[in-house]
Formats: sequence, C-alpha cells, structure tokens
Amino acid sequence: MDKKYGVYICTGCGIGDTLDMEALVDVPDEEGVNCTTHPFLCSKEGVALIQKDVDDGKVNAMVIGACSKRVNFDVFKFDNCIVERANLREGVVWPHSREKYPALTEDQKDDEEHFDPIQMKAEDYIKMGMISVEKVTLPEPYKLESFSKKILVLGGGVTGMAAALDAAKTGYEVTIVEKTDALGGYAGKLRSQMPVAEPFEALQTPVVDAMIQEVESFSNITVKTNTIVARIAGQPGEFTVTFKTPGEKIAFDVPFPLPEEMLVDETGKELDAETAHAKYLEYNEGREDILQLDPNGELYGAVVLAAGWRPSVLEGEEFAHLGVDLADVVSNDEFEMIAAKGKIVKPSDGKEAKNVVFIQSPGKDEDDADFEYCGSVTSMVALKQAKYVRNDYSDGKAYIIYQHMRTPGLQEYFYKSMQQDDGVFMTKGAVTEVVAQGDALAVTATDTLLGDNIAIKADMVVVAGGMVPATKDDPIINLAYRQGPGFRDNDIFGQYADSNYICFPYETQRTGVYAAGTIRRAMTIEESIEDATGAALKAIQCIESANRGMAVHPRSGDMTYPDFFFQRCTQCKRCTVECPFGALDDDEKGTPKINPTRCRRCGTCMGACPERIITFADYTIDSIGSQVKAIGVPSEDDYDEPPFRFLALVCENDAFPALDMVGMNRMDYSPNVRFIPVRCLGSVNTIWIKDALAQGLDGAILIGCKHGDDYQCHFMKGSELAEVRVKKIGDALASLALEEERVAFEEIAIDEYDKLPGIINAFVEKVEEMGPNPFKGF
Amino acid sequence: MTTDNSAPVSGSIMVVGGGISGLTTALEAAEVGYEVFLVEKEASLGGRVSQLKHYFPKLCPPTCGLEINYRRLKDNKNITVLTMSEVASVEGKPGDYTVTIKTAPRYVNENCTACGECAKVCETEISNDFNFGMDRRKAAYLPHNMAFPQRYVMDPAMGTDDRDKVQKACKYDAVDFDMEEKTIDLKVGAIVWSTGWQPYDATKIDNLGFGRYQNIVTNMMLERMASLNGPTEGKILRPSDDKAPATIAFAQCAGSRDENHLSYCSYVCCMASLKHATYLREQYPDAKIYIYYIDLRTPGLKYEKFYANLKADENIFFVKGKVAEVSEEAGSGNINLVAEDTITGEKVRQTVDLLVLATGMQPTCAIDKPNADLQYNEEGFIVNDFSKGGMFAAGCANKPADVVTSNQNATGMALKAIQTLVRR
Repeated sequence: MDKKYGVYICTGCGIGDTLDMEALVDVPDEEGVNCTTHPFLCSKEGVALIQKDVDDGKVNAMVIGACSKRVNFDVFKFDNCIVERANLREGVVWPHSREKYPALTEDQKDDEEHFDPIQMKAEDYIKMGMISVEKVTLPEPYKLESFSKKILVLGGGVTGMAAALDAAKTGYEVTIVEKTDALGGYAGKLRSQMPVAEPFEALQTPVVDAMIQEVESFSNITVKTNTIVARIAGQPGEFTVTFKTPGEKIAFDVPFPLPEEMLVDETGKELDAETAHAKYLEYNEGREDILQLDPNGELYGAVVLAAGWRPSVLEGEEFAHLGVDLADVVSNDEFEMIAAKGKIVKPSDGKEAKNVVFIQSPGKDEDDADFEYCGSVTSMVALKQAKYVRNDYSDGKAYIIYQHMRTPGLQEYFYKSMQQDDGVFMTKGAVTEVVAQGDALAVTATDTLLGDNIAIKADMVVVAGGMVPATKDDPIINLAYRQGPGFRDNDIFGQYADSNYICFPYETQRTGVYAAGTIRRAMTIEESIEDATGAALKAIQCIESANRGMAVHPRSGDMTYPDFFFQRCTQCKRCTVECPFGALDDDEKGTPKINPTRCRRCGTCMGACPERIITFADYTIDSIGSQVKAIGVPSEDDYDEPPFRFLALVCENDAFPALDMVGMNRMDYSPNVRFIPVRCLGSVNTIWIKDALAQGLDGAILIGCKHGDDYQCHFMKGSELAEVRVKKIGDALASLALEEERVAFEEIAIDEYDKLPGIINAFVEKVEEMGPNPFKGF
Repeated sequence: MTTDNSAPVSGSIMVVGGGISGLTTALEAAEVGYEVFLVEKEASLGGRVSQLKHYFPKLCPPTCGLEINYRRLKDNKNITVLTMSEVASVEGKPGDYTVTIKTAPRYVNENCTACGECAKVCETEISNDFNFGMDRRKAAYLPHNMAFPQRYVMDPAMGTDDRDKVQKACKYDAVDFDMEEKTIDLKVGAIVWSTGWQPYDATKIDNLGFGRYQNIVTNMMLERMASLNGPTEGKILRPSDDKAPATIAFAQCAGSRDENHLSYCSYVCCMASLKHATYLREQYPDAKIYIYYIDLRTPGLKYEKFYANLKADENIFFVKGKVAEVSEEAGSGNINLVAEDTITGEKVRQTVDLLVLATGMQPTCAIDKPNADLQYNEEGFIVNDFSKGGMFAAGCANKPADVVTSNQNATGMALKAIQTLVRR
C-alpha cells in the first residue's frame, strides 16, 4: 500500500474553543502532511470532505483528531483506508478545562516558565496518531488451505442429538460420536420426563425415541456409535479428527504435556527445548506428536461438546449418617433405574416400596447446601420420583426433606401441582439419621416445618446425588494442542466445561469447541436441548467466520492475526505457553506454529515475546512503541520547571471506556499522562515501558481488568500476565537505578470511572515526589 | 481499521427488544451472516441490564459486556438499529413477514454529537424513569452515560421557551421539533421477540406497603441507588431522610410464588437480594441485613458458593418466613414488619431502617401484547412453537430466567430464526 497521509481535525464540541488550532495544525504541517480542520467533522459535509480526498486519491492513511474512537466509529469509516483516531474530545478538552488550565498569553508562549498542558496533550495525540498510521497496514484475511463446514458432535444424548438436529436443519453436515452402542444417553434410560409444558402436572414420555427417529431421518447426520475421539488436531475450519473405539490404544491417541516437575533437571533448571521434547516423546511412548497429522483423519469445521454427566457416588464417612451402605438406601440415579424397570420395589427383597423418603441435602454441620454437583434439577427429579411412588401405589407415600426446594422460574408450576397431592409430604429439614429398623428404615430429621424433630418409617430412602460433568474424569475433546488435550483452568468451574462470562455463555477457551448441556452445569432435558441450539449456532458461526478469515468473539470480525518473524525466534516458548486459547503449538525445537483460526487476536503472544517478532497488521510492537516515542518529553532545556510525563497503557474494553466517561463527566486528572488503548493488557510488551523510561518519561501505568477466579478479562489472563510482567520490570529498573514504583499496575472495572482520576493522580503524585526521571534529556 | 469485514447477507431477521437477549440474538445471527433489524422502544439499547450495577454471581458490571456488544454492533453493517420504535403489526407467514414499525420522534437527528450543550440550557425537568422516578432529569437528556446510540433525546414535555433555548444552544443543527412519528414497513423472514420484563408493580402488593411508606423500596430501586450513575451516585440511602440504613430487611417473593400476583417463581430475586447484600456490606460494614425467604434458590456450584460466602457474614441473617404485614413507626420513618418464622412457628416482629421488596419479573408482553399471532401461557409468557417456526420468543419474554440462561436461549433463537430462512 502506497500510503498517502492526511490529518483531519474537528473544532467542534469545545475542541476549537479550548485548543490553539493554529499551533495544532502546525504539527502535521511541519511533517509535510496536509491537515484540514472542520467545525463539525462528523456531519455529512465533514465526512464528504474526507471521502472526496479519498476518492481523489489524496489520502488513504489518516488521523482523525476529534472524539474518542468509541464514538462515530461507523461514521469515520472509509473503505481501504487506515484510520487512526486522536482522542481530542473525551481525552483532552472535556476533562481538562481552560478554567483550570488557562490559555497562555502571547508573552507566556515564548518564555521558559509557562507551558500549556492541554495543548501539549493534544499535540502529542496528533503526533502519536500520525506515527501510528505510518506503522500499520491494512489486514488481509487468513484463508485456510483445506476447509470443512462439517460439525462434529461429541455425545449422542439429548444434548448432542438436539445440537446435531439444529445444525442439520440449518443445512450443515453433522457427525455424532457416541461412546456406547446406541444414541439416547442418560435420558434414554428414564421412566418418565419432567413436565415441560402447561399445566406442568403430568409426567411425560421421554423425548429420546422421537429424537433418535428424527436424527435417523436426516441424511446429513452420520452417527458413529462405540466411538470416541482419539484426538482432534488442527484448528477451526480444518480440524483433523481421529476416531477410535473406547479402550483401544492407537498411535494417534492424544499425547499429554509433560507434568511441570518433569520440565526441569535435577538441579531445578529448565530443560532446553530439544531435551524437553525428547522426554515428552518418551513420556507419551507409542503416541504420535501433536504436529503429526493423521493421514486418515476426517476433516471437521467445529465441535459441539455434549458428553454429559455421570451420577455422583455418595459413599464413605461423610454420608454414613444417611445410611448409604444400606441396601434400601439408593441414589436418585439408582431409583430411576428401578422405576424404569417397573413398579418401585425394594432392592433388598424385591417387595413393594410404598413409603419413600427423598433426601435433598446432606444435613450435617447445620449447612443447608445441597449435595455436590446438584442444581435445581435434583429438586425437580425428587418431585418426579415422588410422583412415581404415587402413580405406582394408590396408598403410596412420598416424603421430600429439603433445605431449599429449588424449582426456579416456571418449574415452580410442577412443584405447586405436587403440593396439591396429599400423598406427598414436603418439609424443610436436616436429616440426622437413617438406620435399619427390621425390614424398614427409620429416618429422623430436625428443624422441620412440622415441629422440631420428625421420625419417618420408610421402605426406601433416595438420596439426591449430583450430576458430575464428564470433563471431571477425562478431557473428552482430546485436542492435539501443545497446552494439553482439555480445557484450561476448569478447576475454577468445578471441572464443568463452562464459560466464565455472564454475558457470553458460549465463550470458550478453545475456539471452535462449544460445550452444551450437563457438561456445563446441572440441567434438565428441556434446558439441555435449549442449550444445544445455542452451541450449534456458535459452531456454525465459528465455521463461517473462519471461512471469511475473521476472528470470533470477542474481537468478532477482526481480520488480523499474529505474524512471526521466525529468523529471530529464540524458541523460548513463552508465546505457546501464555496464549489463553492454546493457539500456538511449538515443534521439537520450540519454534511456534500458528493456528490462526484458533487465535482470538488478543495479542498476548505479542506481549510475551522477548524478541518482539510477533505482529498484527494494525497492531505491532513498532506501532505502539513509536507512539510512545512520539510523546514529547520537555526537559530543563525547554522550561525552568518542565512538566512530568507519564505513559498509561489501558485495556480498550474496560479502562478506556471508563476514561471516556471521566471525560464525559468533565472530571479532571493530571493532563501530563498520555493514554494508549491496547487490545488487552496481555498484549503489552515490556519494551514499550522500558523505552518510555529510557526516553525520559517519568513513569508508566498499566490499567486493566480485574483478575482472579472471577476474572473479567475477556482474554482470561491478560491483566494478570501484565501484573506479573510489571513486577519483573521492577527488577530491571532497579538495575538502572530507577525506582521500581515508576511502573505501576492497577485494576479497574468499566463502571468504576469515578475512581480513575484518583488512581491516575495518586500515581502521578507518587512519581513526582521521587523527582524527574534522571534519564530525561539524554 | 476500516476494512469491510461483514458477512454476506442472505435473508433478514427482525429482533424486537434491544436488551441483553435481543442484542445477543441480533449479534449472533448477524455474525453468521444474516441481515438483522433490531427494534428497541427506548431511546437507548441495553434494556433492563443497563440499570444494574453488577451481575451475580461474578459481581461484574453489565456495561462491560454491553461495551463489547456495542463494539460488535458498530463493526457489523448487517445490523440496523431502530430506537424509539415499536412493532405496530405483523402480517404474513414464516419466511415472509411484513412488519410495520412506528418510530416516535426523538426531536434530535443524527447531527447530535452528544456535546451536552442542550441539557445545560434546558430548564424543564422531568421524572427520571431510568431511576424509577427517584430523581429528575432535564427534558433534554442522554438516557445514561453508556447510552447507545450516544445521542440526546428531547422530551415532548419541554416548553416553548426551552425549545427555543435548546435549539439555539445546539451548534450542530441537531434539534428538530418538526420531527413526527414515522411508520415504515419491513420485510423479514423471521422475528425474535425479546421484549423482556418489567418489575412487578409493587403497589399491587397491598400488604407490603410500597408507595405508602417512603422507606420501602423495590430491589430494582436499590439497584439504581447502588449504581454510580443512579439518583444517589451510588450511595444506598433511606429515601425519607437520606440517612445511611443500619438495619435492612429483604422481603423475598414479593409478588412471586403468590396466587394473587405471579404464581411462578421469578428466578432471579434470591440471587439478586444476596447480591444486594454485598452492595450494602461494601458501603456499611456493620449494617445488619435480614433476608426473609420461602426457599433460597441458589442452585448449582456458582450460586451455592456465592450464598456460602454470605452465610459466613455474621451480620446477615436468613429467616425462613414470608413478610406478611408492614407499618411505619411514627416519627422515625422506620418500618415495622411482621413475618412468620416457618421453622420456629413464631411471629417475628422487627423494626428496620429500610425494607427492600424483592419484586419479581413480569413479561413485558403480558402487559403490552404484541400485535402478532403468538401463543401465550396463562401468565403472559410467549410459548414457542418450533414446529410452526417463523416467530420465537427469547429470554424473559419466554420464561423467567437469569442473564446466563437468557443469553443461552437468545443464542439458540438466532439459529431457529436462521433455520426459518434456510427452509424457505
């Protein structure tokens, strides 16, 4: 691209009133770049003026000095042009007023005493914008060589079948992989299903048979029973999948990464790449490396993970008081299996079980929590199974002892209808003991609604076990990824394959793999089917986006991707290790291989790379680094008491919008800070900070999202990594005799804009107390 | 970057309601490659969640997700947003609907730069619905600071003097009082109704005294008070005297699980009150908080963990019982409440500084029925008929649900809508 530069500055919204426009226009003029001002740049006329320059071939790389890039995003959009926004409104004239920072008089302009901090900030922003457009290029989409639109569904239960049906109905080819010999999953074993429609009273025939028939009627659905995936290699749009029968050992079984303790030698020193790789091959003997593609593998575009759950086993001392070792004390799963065979009978002697107690909570230690892996489903199941007892025996009695009846939303209707049945007794209570009493069982409970203690003689006791997600036992997806075969960090979700985001329930750590149903949390059949539709949509969307060379959520539509200058790669593997999405695989020497359609374009790799060889078309070490270098650093040669200068690198999703709101609310903060929004704090390369300090800036602050288990970073670990890197810089600064406090890290949520001025000013004041950067002026 | 990166268009979908569910459906469908019209009756997108300070259980701000969604929206030319617009009628059949949309005048055109000069000169003040009438705002206003589109609105209540003033103050010729209601017809293949919910009208719950006593507020009002951009700039204060409350009670199931009001469970109120307890605790480390409940519906790993953290707080008390009576203590404005502790069987009498009614959700479509061929359940939720196809309800138009569940549902409904177009 032969770049033709132009700068357009809006004088509206107070910009022209506050700033010395002549001086501002001089900035591009001095560089020989044409600068146009307009009183109302976002108006039709303003935009037409720019468009005309574009059409006339006068400009294709421009800086718009006006409002924040979050505003009029769609207005200042010109095909095949590079556009950079200099935030003069929310970033300069709105937070900093002339009342507080009076304009200089003509005399003051030339002396060495006075300076105009607002004008300086505006001029810096124009300079920073100009260097940025010089350094970036227009992105070109990455196109996969081989491409598949087929969808792979793991699990042939209701969730898997529902996902397959929805994808097939939308015109996609689907393969369902089921590890047992038939479709149906757990729902196929039920006697009845909970009511799903008004009036929510009668139990229903399970939907499974009808679903199996429907699946069979679709020619674009292939079913592979007795099959699991040995490995899924490659990336969205071109996953190469190796199937096998359960239990089989094959060369394309997925290898596991070396455990951490094996990555170091006896002295604790990290192994070099080649030794580590040799050890890894030994550790995974008989299995091909992840980069070895199975020549007989099948190609798929995306994956829906619907591997479901297994009943949890309640045994041992913890549950001894519930009589779990007694023959007639069963789990809700075991009870369902008895019910599916016929009338409810006692396991011990096959006799009729007419009085059944359902226990919903462990009941010890005054704790009112349910059993592990329960959800509202287990309350609903107890109601359903109580109804079995009532349906089987006209004189049958069911007792449900709960801490909290959890039938949220419309499920309440079923609960209500069961309350009408005088053969069903329900009470809050803590079960203290279940013991054998002759042929029967004696159940005692305290703190009930019926009085302090109750004692019930029962034929059977049913304990509400939870639904353990399949991902607790096994990675299931068996990804041939260097970071390992499963999802990362599932321990914070109790091994559920769930999203960490309220707004984005299908946000996945492994692009192209979307979990649905009970593998995400305990769900009813109805909820699982609904969830499956959503996952099918995401799988389809990922395929279509990959096909267009675009990122999926949260940077949907982004066509940039990381590009490596391999000649300078030192095989340190930082990029492979730190990528939140496992998008990079390194080879036996440690050289990273990129998988662009796995990538979500956060730039964490760019931030991690010590050699700075990773770039995105419109976001590079140089494009940000040059902006940092464009910041003017006044020294004692310029002023008697030169103002301090600070760099702030801020997350563009949270801290940057918060800063805009500070501007909108006309809240002032030190005008000596220059802000650069970054894709994610994880993309911040420490070279930017080192360069800033080396050129005499007095301090640098990074402002990003909250981290920890409830992290808000949409790239998982961005702000956490940034904090770690900032700490490391501290050591480096100390060796330069610079105070480590000159570099700081702060967390902020988007709605905490009121705190920002305080955070910024506190940092500025702290550094000012230390005095100017001794490197200033060198 | 300004490269055209939208997906190719292959059929249109209309999404009615621009709250979190509607935004989700619209974006998910558009990012597959379909043209979407997103119709919102308010002046800004975001709906109910834009009034919330935090989501449970993460305690993260909804504006974070909205910001991402607005960025996706701005970057996607497949979506057309129509604010201040409502569906007047729907004709046709699945795959081929003609929808008539009525757009109310905003009296502000696309020239608006949101500079705020109009609000500075406008003297007329109107009740602020965004804050449930707890404060007033200028009749020239930006709906809130995260409003999308970021454009002012002129309330019709503005007098002639003020109209002249705002028009003069606007340097961009953006104010136009000659605007009139506009009607347009749009052809779409599928419609997703994500019309959301209204807080149940607490004045209907006679025994709980809302509207009679100042220091009884609803959970949504508390949410606004706790929000930095709310009427009290984030401070939770007693309405009667702006004092910090030292004892606060929550009445759960205020209007929900109640045959006289909403017979279903509103799904979110237990978690919402627990979340509100965290707001209070942050501001008032020693405040005593009482939660009167029938069942605490905090199922599953994440919700149980959230509840367990609050149980560890020795100044939060959970009482199984329903608040039955309330009265105002003479002079102090304190609230006397009577509840029956269902465990001990005792009647509990308590005086609190502030009583919060955990009111539930009523589907908007139950109050304001769309003029379309839809099926409803007894309480006014839209029942989905997937065999018929064409029109679907997403989120809380379909059932009471939390945000995660609504968004799952809304994502799925995008696919159901797409299927309608594919089958055509």
